[in-house]
Amino acid sequence: MAFIPFGYSFRNLWIRRVTTLLTAGGIALVIFVFAAVLMLAYGLEKTLVGTGSDENAIVVRRGAESEFMSMIDRPSANIIKSQPEIAPDREGKPLAAAEVVVLINLPKRGSRKPSHVQIRGVSSESLAIRPQIKLKEGRLLKPGLSEAVVGAAVAKRFQGIGLGETIRFGMRDWTVVGLFEAEGSGFESEIWIDSEQLVQAFRRPVFSSVTLRLASPADFDSLKKRLESDPRMTVEVKQEKRYYSDQSEMMATFIRVLGVFVTVIFSVGAMIGAMITMYASVAARTMEIGTLRALGFSRRSILLAFLIESLFLSLLGGGPGLILASFLQTVTVSTTNFATFSELAFRFALSPAIVLESIFFALAMGLLGGFLPATRAARQNIVEAFRAA
Amino acid sequence: MSDALIELKEVYKSYYRNSMEIPVLQNISLAVPEGEFLALMGPSGSGKTTLLNLIAGIDRPSRGRVRVAGTEIHSLGESDLARWRSRNVGFIFQLYNLLPVLTALENVELPLFLTPLTKRERREHAEMALQVVGLADRMKHLPKQLSGGQEQRVAIARAIVTDPPLLVADEPTGDLDKTSALEILDLLGRLNGEFSKTIVMVTHDPRAAERAHTIRQLDKGELV
Amino acid sequence: MELLRLIFKNLTRHKLRSALTVLGIAVAISAFGLIRTVIGAWYSGIEASAPNRLIARNAVSLGFSLPLSYKESIRSVPGVSEVTYAHWFGGIYIDEKHSQFPQFAVGAGDWFDLFPEFLIPLDQKSAFLRERNAAVVGVKLAERFGWKIGDAIRMRGMIFQGEWDFVIRGIYRGAQKSTDETQFVFHWEYLDERLRETEPWRAGHVGWFVVKIADPSQAGAIAQEIDQRFKNSIAETLTETEKAFVLGFISMSDAILVALRIISMVVIGVILLVLSNTMAMTARERLSEYAVLKTLGFEARHLIGLITGESLLIGLLGGIVGIGATFPAARLFEDAMGEAMGAIFPAFEVAFTTQVACGLMAIGVGLAAAAFPAWRAVHIRIVEGLRRVG
Repeated sequence: MAFIPFGYSFRNLWIRRVTTLLTAGGIALVIFVFAAVLMLAYGLEKTLVGTGSDENAIVVRRGAESEFMSMIDRPSANIIKSQPEIAPDREGKPLAAAEVVVLINLPKRGSRKPSHVQIRGVSSESLAIRPQIKLKEGRLLKPGLSEAVVGAAVAKRFQGIGLGETIRFGMRDWTVVGLFEAEGSGFESEIWIDSEQLVQAFRRPVFSSVTLRLASPADFDSLKKRLESDPRMTVEVKQEKRYYSDQSEMMATFIRVLGVFVTVIFSVGAMIGAMITMYASVAARTMEIGTLRALGFSRRSILLAFLIESLFLSLLGGGPGLILASFLQTVTVSTTNFATFSELAFRFALSPAIVLESIFFALAMGLLGGFLPATRAARQNIVEAFRAA
Repeated sequence: MSDALIELKEVYKSYYRNSMEIPVLQNISLAVPEGEFLALMGPSGSGKTTLLNLIAGIDRPSRGRVRVAGTEIHSLGESDLARWRSRNVGFIFQLYNLLPVLTALENVELPLFLTPLTKRERREHAEMALQVVGLADRMKHLPKQLSGGQEQRVAIARAIVTDPPLLVADEPTGDLDKTSALEILDLLGRLNGEFSKTIVMVTHDPRAAERAHTIRQLDKGELV
Repeated sequence: MELLRLIFKNLTRHKLRSALTVLGIAVAISAFGLIRTVIGAWYSGIEASAPNRLIARNAVSLGFSLPLSYKESIRSVPGVSEVTYAHWFGGIYIDEKHSQFPQFAVGAGDWFDLFPEFLIPLDQKSAFLRERNAAVVGVKLAERFGWKIGDAIRMRGMIFQGEWDFVIRGIYRGAQKSTDETQFVFHWEYLDERLRETEPWRAGHVGWFVVKIADPSQAGAIAQEIDQRFKNSIAETLTETEKAFVLGFISMSDAILVALRIISMVVIGVILLVLSNTMAMTARERLSEYAVLKTLGFEARHLIGLITGESLLIGLLGGIVGIGATFPAARLFEDAMGEAMGAIFPAFEVAFTTQVACGLMAIGVGLAAAAFPAWRAVHIRIVEGLRRVG
C-alpha cells in the first residue's frame, strides 16, 4: 500500500485555517472540561488517601461512616488502647490516640458565609502517629489549656483564626497558638485542640475514634478480628488509608459521573464539528482525490490520509485543551465533603493516567468524527470525481 | 451627444497589489446612445471586464465620471447604487450565476423581490420573461436540470424581468457550444431590436461581435 | 419577506451538514439543560421553604443538639405561633447504598401542622399518631422501596445504636412540585425512650426546632429574640429563616455549583464553535452567490437577513431538538446517579425556565454565529466575489 505523506494531511488543515481553528477550538474545550473533571476527582481522592497511613488503623463505632457520627465510650477506648498489636512509643506506652471530632460553624473569608469545620480533640499521641504533621508557625498545644492549632488550609479559608486570635465555641474562647501543615492532606482542613478540654467544654463523655499505630501492618487482621468480636463494644476497625479513601468515594463518584456524563454529551457536539469539517474537506477536494486515485493511490491510502488529517485535527484541539487544564493544578478548591459534612480543601491534580485518558479521548473524537467522511473520500469513483469538479 | 444612455469621461481605474499601483483603465471617454448594441473586445487583461463593471455600477472608477441612464453613478453610495442597479441594469454572466437551489422561475423572480410588486404580479412578470426567452416549459426546473444554453436563457430572463434600459453581458457565449451560442446571440439581437434594450457585451468571440452594431477594441487599458 | 423561502432552500443545500449541525447543537443544548437542571435541583429546597418558618439549631453546628426544654421557651417568644422539632436519625435501611434518604425523628403531634405542604389523609395521620413506632413516608420513597401502609421496616442506627423497627402508617404527597417526597418521619418519643436507657446523656435532645411565626416580616426580630434567650447557655441557638437555613446547606457545596456553571459556559462555547464553523464554511462557498445578489441590487440588509436567518434557523432547530432531548437525558442521568440521587436532590425536574434559557441560548448562538459570515458577505466587493466561481 502506498502511503500519502503526512505533510499532505497536515497542510490541508493549514489551508482551511479558520475552519480548522474553530473545530480544534471545540475539541479543546471538551478536553479541557474532561481533564478538569478527572483532575478534580483525582485531587479529592489524593488528598483524602494521603490523609491516611498504611501503618495506622482507626477504630470507630460500627456503621459510622465518619468520625463525627461515631461514639466510643471511655472503657471501650481503654480496651482498644491495650491491644498487643499497637506499636509502643519510646517510653513503652502504646501509640494510640483517642480523639473527639466535632463540627463547628465558622465564617469563610471573603463571603463570610458560615461553613462547617472539623475540630479534632487530640492527645499527645496524635502527633506521634501522624508524622506528616509539621508545625509551620507558633507552637504546639499545651495540655490543659484552651488552645487551638489550625491547619493551613483552614487558616487560609476562614475568618478570624489567625495566630493569636480566638475562636469562640462551647462557652469558651480558644486561642490559636500554632499553624500546621500536613503535606496537603485532609488534616490541613482541621482545627486541633486538646481532647480533654473539648470533652469538658461540650460535656460530651465519649470519644469519636481511636487511631493507633500498628507494630506491623500485617497485624491488622488479628486486631480487627479481636476488636470486632469483642462483646463489650460494637466497633469497626479500618485501615486508616482505606477509611479516608472511602470518605472520598461518594464525592468523587458524583464529580466523575456528572462530569463524564456531561463531557461525553458535548464531545458528541465536538465530534460532529469535526465531522462537518472533514466532510467539507472531502467535498472541496473531490478533484484532488480523483487525481490521487488516478495516480495509483489505493482507496485505503486515501482513507488513511483523511483519518490522519482528522486525528491531527483532534490533537490540535486536545493538546491545548490539556495544557490549559494543567494550569488548574495551582487552583485549590474547597467544598463540603458530603461524607463528613465539613469543609475540605483540595487541589486539581493531574496524573499520567488523566493525560493519557484525555489524549485518548481526543483521538477517539477525531477517529469517530473522521471515519465517515474518510470513507466517503475513499469510496469516490475516479471518473465521477472528475466530472463533479 | 445628449441622448447618450452611457457616458464616461476621462475614467481611470487602477488596482493595488502589494502596494503597487496597477493601472487597468486609462483615460477612457465613451458615449453609448440608447438602443446601441456595443461589443467590447480586446486581449485578456486589456480591461474590458473592468470597463463593463464600471458601466454596470458594480465597481467604481479611481478617477473620472460615469453617467448611466441619467445618473452620475460614480458618486452614489453603496445602497443607492444597489437600488440604481436593480432598476437600470440587467446582468448576463459567462457562467450564468443562477442560484442552484431555486427553480428557473424563482431565479427569474428574484430581482422582483426588490420591487413593490405583489406576489401574483411577480409571478406573471417572471413567466412572461421566461416566455420571451423561450423557456416557458422549463419553469419548474432547477439549474442543474438544464443545459448550458438553457441556463443562460434563464439568466437573460432574470436580466430583463425588471425591464431595465441597459443589459450588460460578460462573455455570454464563452462557456457554450456553437449552437447554443448562436441561440443566445439571436436572443440578444431580438432584445436589442424588438425590445430596444441597450446592450454592452464583452466578448473575444468574433462571431458574437458580428451581431453588435459597434465594436470597440481595448488594449492595455485604453480604447483604440 | 419572501427571502424566507430562499433561507429554507439554502438550509437543505447541504442536507448532511445542516443535519449534523442541528444534531451537534441539540446535543450541547441538552447538556446545558441538564446542567441547569442539576443546579436547579440543588436549589429546589429553597423553593420548598416557607417564609413563615424559622429554624432554630445549635449555634456551634448541626452536629450539636438542643435540649427539648427550649420548646416552651421558644413558644413564649412574641410572634411565635407554633413550635415543633426534629432530630436527624441517619439509619441504614438494607445497606448503606439504600439509605440515602432523609430520616427524621419529629414532634409527631404538630409536625404536619407546621408542614401543610405534606399532604396526608386524615385517617392515616391519626393512625400514625396512635402508634409509638409508626412512620410516615413520602410517596416517592414508598415507590422506591415498594412500601405499602402496614409494612414493617427495620433500620440499623448509625448515630443511634441498635436495631429500630417501624410500621408505615401514612404516605404523604407534596402539595408542590418542589416538595420533598422522599422523607421518612417517625415519633421523636420512640427515639428518646430508647436513648434514656442506652445513652442517657443524649436523651431529651432534638436536632432543631421548627418555629412558625404569624408575620413573616417580623422574622429577623423574632429570630434575634430567640437567640437572645439562650445566650451564654451551654447550647446557644442560631435561628434563621428556613430559606437561609437551606441556603446555608447549599453554600456548603458552592464550589461544585461554580464548577457546574463554568462547564455550562464551556458548553455554550462548543455550540458556538460548531455553528460558527458551519456558517463560515457556508458563507465561503456562497460568496459568489452573494456577489450575484448584490449585483442584482440586493443590499447589505438582505444578505444579513439571509445569513442570519439561516443561522438562526439551524440554531432554533437544534434548540428545539435539544430541549426535547433534555428530558430523557435527565432521566438517564438520574438512573446513572442511582440511589445517591434521592439524598442530594429531592426534586429533579427540567424546569420551564431551563427550557426558556436553552431556547434563548439557541437564538443567541444563532445570531452570534452569523456575525462573521454576514460581515464578510456584506464587505466582499462584487467584482472580487464574482471572480470566485464555484
